[in-house]
Amino acid sequence: MNSTPIKVPTMAEMIANGEVPEILFWVGCSGSFDDRAKKITKAIIRILNHVGIKFAILGAEEGCTGDPAKRAGNEFLFQMQAMQNITVLNGYGVKKIVTGCPHCFNTIKNEYPSLGGNYEIVHHTQLVQELINAGKLKVSGGEFKGKKIVFHDPCYLGRANDVYEAPREVIKKLDVELAEMKRSRANGFCCGAGGAQLFKEAEKGNKEVNVERAEEALSHQPDVIAVGCPFCNTMMTDGVKHFNKEGQTKVLDVAELIANANDL
Amino acid sequence: MLSSILFCLLFGAGAVFFYLQVKKIRRNIFLGKAITINDNKSKRWKTMLLVAFGQKKMFARPIPALLHFILYSAFIITQIELLEIIVDGISGSHRIFRPYLGGFYTFMISLIEILSVLAFIATITFLARRNLLKIPRLVMNELNGWPKLDANLILLAEITLIIFIFMMNGADEVLYQRGASHAINTGGNSLNFSISQYLGPALYSGFPDGGLHVIERIGWWGHLLMVLGFLCYLPFSKHLHIVLAFPNTYYSNLNKKGKLSTLDSVTDVVAPNFDPSYQPKTDPNNPTRFGVKDVQDLTWKNLLDAYTCTECGRCSSSCPQNITGKKLSPRKIMMDTRDRMVEVGKNIDFNNGKFVDDGKSLLGNYITTEEIWACNTCNACVEACPVNINPLEIIVEIRRYLVMEESQNPSELTNMFSNLENNGAPWQFSPSDRANWINEN
Repeated sequence: MNSTPIKVPTMAEMIANGEVPEILFWVGCSGSFDDRAKKITKAIIRILNHVGIKFAILGAEEGCTGDPAKRAGNEFLFQMQAMQNITVLNGYGVKKIVTGCPHCFNTIKNEYPSLGGNYEIVHHTQLVQELINAGKLKVSGGEFKGKKIVFHDPCYLGRANDVYEAPREVIKKLDVELAEMKRSRANGFCCGAGGAQLFKEAEKGNKEVNVERAEEALSHQPDVIAVGCPFCNTMMTDGVKHFNKEGQTKVLDVAELIANANDL
Repeated sequence: MLSSILFCLLFGAGAVFFYLQVKKIRRNIFLGKAITINDNKSKRWKTMLLVAFGQKKMFARPIPALLHFILYSAFIITQIELLEIIVDGISGSHRIFRPYLGGFYTFMISLIEILSVLAFIATITFLARRNLLKIPRLVMNELNGWPKLDANLILLAEITLIIFIFMMNGADEVLYQRGASHAINTGGNSLNFSISQYLGPALYSGFPDGGLHVIERIGWWGHLLMVLGFLCYLPFSKHLHIVLAFPNTYYSNLNKKGKLSTLDSVTDVVAPNFDPSYQPKTDPNNPTRFGVKDVQDLTWKNLLDAYTCTECGRCSSSCPQNITGKKLSPRKIMMDTRDRMVEVGKNIDFNNGKFVDDGKSLLGNYITTEEIWACNTCNACVEACPVNINPLEIIVEIRRYLVMEESQNPSELTNMFSNLENNGAPWQFSPSDRANWINEN
């Protein structure tokens, strides 16, 4: 990993300096507070720093989008969160947003407009694909060259928003063997975290959802299970541990694959 | 003459009975809340053509899709023959279209016969899949009792209908060969239908003319009675999907699947805190319940979904929670919704047009909170449904009721809610620490 310090300006700092960022990076709660997800956040930052895109984060002014509250049925709490965030975003005149989390992505994209928040929004895998296609980001396989990778579709990127190709296109640039699980794309199988399940115990059954999914991914004997969501990352990592396969198979975000392979 | 009168009486009675049942179904669907779906008409027609008429989503599972497509096309094309049966029935004629249509008539009946043979094979395969192979999604607990019987009854009726068709055409073929058919002789010594020109002689060549006329009439009347019986049975069966798949796909959700509805009644409470000039969207004098407790709280589209469900179980067999042994089954959510709606409808019929509280509700008496809290909102069920039913919407609406009206949710979620409210994050971290990661290693 590159040892250059990362540069992460906040919106408030930028505005104070009379600058307007090209894009706002919505970090999300996992990306801000969860130790594993913070690494994904930093990988995204390293990519942004590397291409020299003018971006900012909200920092302490960012709050949960309200996704888990909405999915759990607490529409009051969701709308409180949403309107607070929309007030901040509109106050700064934000036009374009990139998120590190499909849940934030989905909520801002689909559920903020009817509450007055209208932004152009992309998931980080879409931004990376854009940067590669525009020739702004050159990637090589690095340590992942020739490795076997399976991609697990996050429900809120895939089925919820029909984004299936961006993460795959990005992974393919790494000169790897991209394997597909039987349940992929529109038939993708949930990691078990969505719908506020991450925050509660599962109901009684005969298996954990993430164990079922990890088993499917591991059946391909991959070097890496690639994900695009911090929730999926947690669930798949636990699933791989369940089978004691953490020595053979890593769970990495697409942003980490790009940043690590290219020493960003 | 007598048979014409009998025909008209039977046909009229069947049609009237069907009409009365359709009226009830319509009434029951509109027990749901009013919503307006009239945007994007061209996309709606296209969705209906692809998904209902073209059965696009069925082909995600090719084998049942092919078998189902055979039954579907056989059903549709046989309606042409039914048209002739109706005209013959009223006028007392026999194969009235044949002299006018000539070779085209022979082609159509031949096509119907080929499709009937294929449908026969498909039906036997479907019966085997349900009762011998016991395909997991076709033998889940929620199908015990009536749903299982309903599925088998229809398949048996289909077989009976096909047998009647070949009794009719087969006996008529032998009679025609002998010059004894009531069909107008247009020359040649065979009706030349693809299957019955061989099957007829093979089965019936030993019968006398009189016996053949009886067999032919049994086939003809049997065919008609099966069709009328099916018409009267349809309103009580999951097979209503053959009609409702069309409107249901027309009124499909055209938004991204990830978008959940915004509750205007909540916005009216929350928005004034942020915008003092906000104008309420709902009528404050007519407050409605937050979320869904009973079928009247659902929208008419949710209730149309419930009537359209044919209990195929593609939703449940792709649900991550169901696959891992949890109680949640999206199909059961739809079946419960329909059963409760029918119960409410009967209550209204019984009480002269007014619903009298029966102390029951969809949540509690039909759907349990254990099912509701297991959902991942992953949209696998929505994606899997061949007729664009949305079980997820009902689940989320019931969660809204539980949380906002009853404050009944798993205790861990109460913690998540209070963290969100106090810290702006679902975990217990201070909002001022949100950007600490920048300086951590």
